[in-house]
Amino acid sequence: MEYTLFILLLPLTSFILLGLFGIKLSHKISGLIGTGSLLIMAQLSYVAAFSYFTTQRIDAVFQTVIPINVLWLKMGTNLHIDMGILLDPISVMMLVVISTVSLMVHIYSLGYMKGEKGFQRYYAFLSLFTFSMMGLVLSTNIFQMYIFWELVGVSSYLLIGFYYTKPSAVAAAKKAFIVTRFADMFFLIGILVLSYFTQTFDFGTLTSGDSSIFQQAISAQFLGTSALVWAMALIFIGGTGKSAMFPLHIWLPDAMEGPTPVSALIHAATMVVAGVYLVARLFPVYVLFTPEVLQGVAYVGAFTSMFAALIAMVQTDIKRVLAFSTISQIGFMMVALGVSKLEGHHGLGYMASMFHLYTHAMFKALLFLGAGSVIHAVHSNEMENMGGLRKHMPVTHLTFLIACLAIAGIPPFSGFFSKDEILSATYHFSTGMGIWMTVVAALTAFYMFRLYFSIFWGKEKQHAHTPHESPKSMTFPLVFLAIPTILGGLIPFGQFVTANRAPYAIHMNWMVAGVSVVVAVVAIFIASRLYQYPNKRTATVPTALRGFHKAASHRFYMDEVYLFITKKILFNGVSRVFAWFDRHVVDGFINGIASVTDWFSVRIRGFQSGEIQWYAWVFLFGTLLITALILFV
Amino acid sequence: MSYFDNFLIMCSEVSLLIVLLILLLFDITAGKRGKQYFQPVAILLFALHTLLNFVPTAAGEAFGGMYQYQPVMTIIKSILNVATLIIFLQSKHLFESIKMKSQQGEYYFLTLSTLLGMYLMISSGHLLLFFIGLETASIPLATLVAFNKHCKKSAEGGAKFILLSAFSSGILLFGISYLYGTTGSLYFSEIAPRMALNALQIMAFIFFLSGLFFKVSFVPFHLWTADVYEGAPSNVTSYLSVVSKGSAAFVLMTLLFKLFGSYVHEWQTLLFWIIIVTITLGNLFALRQQNIKRFLAFSSISQAGYVGLGIISGSTLGMTTVIYYILVYLFSNLAAFGVISAIENRTGKIEIADYNGLYQSNPKLSFVMMLAMFSLAGVAPFAGFMSKFFIFSSAAQQGFYLLVIVAVVNTIISLYYYLRVVKAMFINQNEQPIETINTDNWNKVSLVICTGAIILVGLLGFVLDIIEKQSFGL
Repeated sequence: MEYTLFILLLPLTSFILLGLFGIKLSHKISGLIGTGSLLIMAQLSYVAAFSYFTTQRIDAVFQTVIPINVLWLKMGTNLHIDMGILLDPISVMMLVVISTVSLMVHIYSLGYMKGEKGFQRYYAFLSLFTFSMMGLVLSTNIFQMYIFWELVGVSSYLLIGFYYTKPSAVAAAKKAFIVTRFADMFFLIGILVLSYFTQTFDFGTLTSGDSSIFQQAISAQFLGTSALVWAMALIFIGGTGKSAMFPLHIWLPDAMEGPTPVSALIHAATMVVAGVYLVARLFPVYVLFTPEVLQGVAYVGAFTSMFAALIAMVQTDIKRVLAFSTISQIGFMMVALGVSKLEGHHGLGYMASMFHLYTHAMFKALLFLGAGSVIHAVHSNEMENMGGLRKHMPVTHLTFLIACLAIAGIPPFSGFFSKDEILSATYHFSTGMGIWMTVVAALTAFYMFRLYFSIFWGKEKQHAHTPHESPKSMTFPLVFLAIPTILGGLIPFGQFVTANRAPYAIHMNWMVAGVSVVVAVVAIFIASRLYQYPNKRTATVPTALRGFHKAASHRFYMDEVYLFITKKILFNGVSRVFAWFDRHVVDGFINGIASVTDWFSVRIRGFQSGEIQWYAWVFLFGTLLITALILFV
Repeated sequence: MSYFDNFLIMCSEVSLLIVLLILLLFDITAGKRGKQYFQPVAILLFALHTLLNFVPTAAGEAFGGMYQYQPVMTIIKSILNVATLIIFLQSKHLFESIKMKSQQGEYYFLTLSTLLGMYLMISSGHLLLFFIGLETASIPLATLVAFNKHCKKSAEGGAKFILLSAFSSGILLFGISYLYGTTGSLYFSEIAPRMALNALQIMAFIFFLSGLFFKVSFVPFHLWTADVYEGAPSNVTSYLSVVSKGSAAFVLMTLLFKLFGSYVHEWQTLLFWIIIVTITLGNLFALRQQNIKRFLAFSSISQAGYVGLGIISGSTLGMTTVIYYILVYLFSNLAAFGVISAIENRTGKIEIADYNGLYQSNPKLSFVMMLAMFSLAGVAPFAGFMSKFFIFSSAAQQGFYLLVIVAVVNTIISLYYYLRVVKAMFINQNEQPIETINTDNWNKVSLVICTGAIILVGLLGFVLDIIEKQSFGL
């Protein structure tokens, strides 16, 4: 399956072409280059996925295929960094997800970004992102993954800050970059600790389940726990940065400053699930050797999903609602991984997490693209400028509704199946966790329908011109993505992606499913009472829940906490001390060295007199001196 | 083995000789119009020679062991070839003035003769052949230094070089005679086992090495370097600092391994101090220089000290890193000299202060110069960082921690003066910067090659692997 290399090369070529010559090409041609290469890449991904899932199964277990792996750098005797392509169920699944969403976003952007300044640059960056993301999921070793991980971060930075003349976009890009880089630092330390003890970066070796390579890492202790626990926890922190888990979630809502299709691609469907993918990739290590870290994953995920869902209930910017809902849904995936085990039925959580990753990518991309279509029509992100749009934008309305039903977990839409599996897995773990996540699911249904009703129902607002449906290039992706959103749940996912790679039949837990559907329907009903038609109750909600409402709309003051820590404590407190030390002690020392060096170099100038006799004399004297030294000392 | 087979083994020398003779004939027979094509013909022929001798063949020896061939020698010869080729590409400026035009043929001919001498030095298995190679490499070089007949400084440099070369050859010959006297042979393979630690042989050993230290310009045998580098035309200076020095460093290393293997403890102590003094003094002098060629002369002295770090380890890794260092140094230094020679030959300006504000008038040249300075200073991620890193680790592997620390501290000092040039070009203001220089296409090609190599060589992991496969240690 060497042709998978082209999955990486195509977007890279498109990036180089558009990056170098984009400015000379017309908008049309550059859009065509970007979209065309993506189209071919998507076809290749589908072919790869099809042939992988149909042929690479031995004794009912999927095998890892490594079509290409070349030595890139050798470090010491054992440690080496390779560059290659690894195909296994989760990476192949990601191929399908990324190429589908990316292709849709490319097509959508043809309409959405039409006439924008920097159109070619936009497509160049999109290609760069797709290349990096593909490289990330196909990595054969953790170091290669880290390299692409950073590249993904860079392209995300470039795309968030696409409108670089807008100060808020620049600030958001900077924030996203710094927060994720901060997490990446832990990731890198984790990689170094892990590789130092295990002497390998290779995923195949790390996840083989062989305990001998971890012997040293387990026996080495640091601050009361083993080095392996430290390493895996640090790597997970790296994952929380990209996946916007609490408390490193603060960059994602601000990242909505980027163009909306970018939010759909990067900040909903692909990059933000990189953390989930990372944990899934290293899952055998987590589950076999560091179950305590895995439990941490579950608790972080559970807390984040509730936290973000509460904030999403009161946001008024539609993209921010979707941003917090993304954080909350990724929390679901993390929880599912955290409660999973490796074998058989206990591995339900892993399967459910990957399943949800897949369905979520589809419906969340659809939601974002739908939101983009709405924003395109009314030129505003605020709910209060919307309302009653269902008559003007029938396609957007219908597809948005489908996606809302999916995320709320209403059968037979895709989200119902994946979310139900996650809930079953959490009940399996503990009843408390199950109830907690069911509450989050209910909140999800509520805030999504609050969003839906506020946009498409409610009172019609005055607009500068009558809103109209978006062009074909924008509605086509909506319709296309609606298909997996409706039917995706019917895929027998347990046959393809499982924790131990053996197939297993999904059993519906009717009890859990029934409860979750009932609470979702109730939540939707409440939302419809409040927001479907203009009424007095809408205004009473904020006053009834005063304290909570205020706190939640300020996102529980997390940004203020960060500001306090960075501005007050770091900049004013700690930095001052260091600045003093730097200026007086370090600089003093360096200046001292400089002046000593200077003094010497003046003194020895006479040495270089230009007289040849002197040169010869020094030569001879040097020779004799050395002889004497060797002979007599 | 037939007589003809002997020549097959030394095919690289033979093909170089053929190129040299064709060029000589061309220079004599061609008319005025034919001579216009002299540079392209020289470059193409030499490029052909480089390509033909690029792939190592099996090890062997010729003429009863006088000439010895090992695959690693092809690598170092190829490196020298590439360097010479780049210098040829950069040499067009030199013959733009009417005065110099008639000398074009001599330039290429003399340069290739010195290269032939270095080839023989590298592949010799006998001290006599070694000495002949050394002299063939030195004497035409003196003519090259004095090449600009109309410039006093050039003549002065040539005189200094030939006198001091003769002086150092004398001392080297003195060492050889003692070696012969005490061991009764001039073959490396026969001398090595007969080396004992007696006073006569130690004296021979040091006198012999002094001659080579002179070529590599280790302190205190370095004093000629600055004056000669300053006086010589820029292209010759770059040849001296890269090709001549690189070959000498390699020969020094192989001779220490082959001839004085039993003296390992002595030469490690010796090199230890020489390296410290060389790096430090080279740096201290470089700090104060105003003339960019003198500045690069001292920088090349301290760079030679870094090469010493690889030699001292005496291991396979040491040899690998030395060759790698020479390779990287070649591209970095020639990038710098490509810019300097273009500017010197067009405007005659050679002070660092003249470079103030160069970025405004010549952004591309400034960019190449900046990369070269970064690479020479060892700034990551350029090739110079990798080569320094590898050479430090080879020394650290053998336990020379103190040496590595001194070297690292010196790297920081060197950063100051390399960045001084960058600052002059990019930050310093100048009312009248050097006018925009339109370099010829050959020079552009050379600068592109160097720039690409500075960026890429460090990233391509296989380069080091290829060298490592052919290297050997004590």
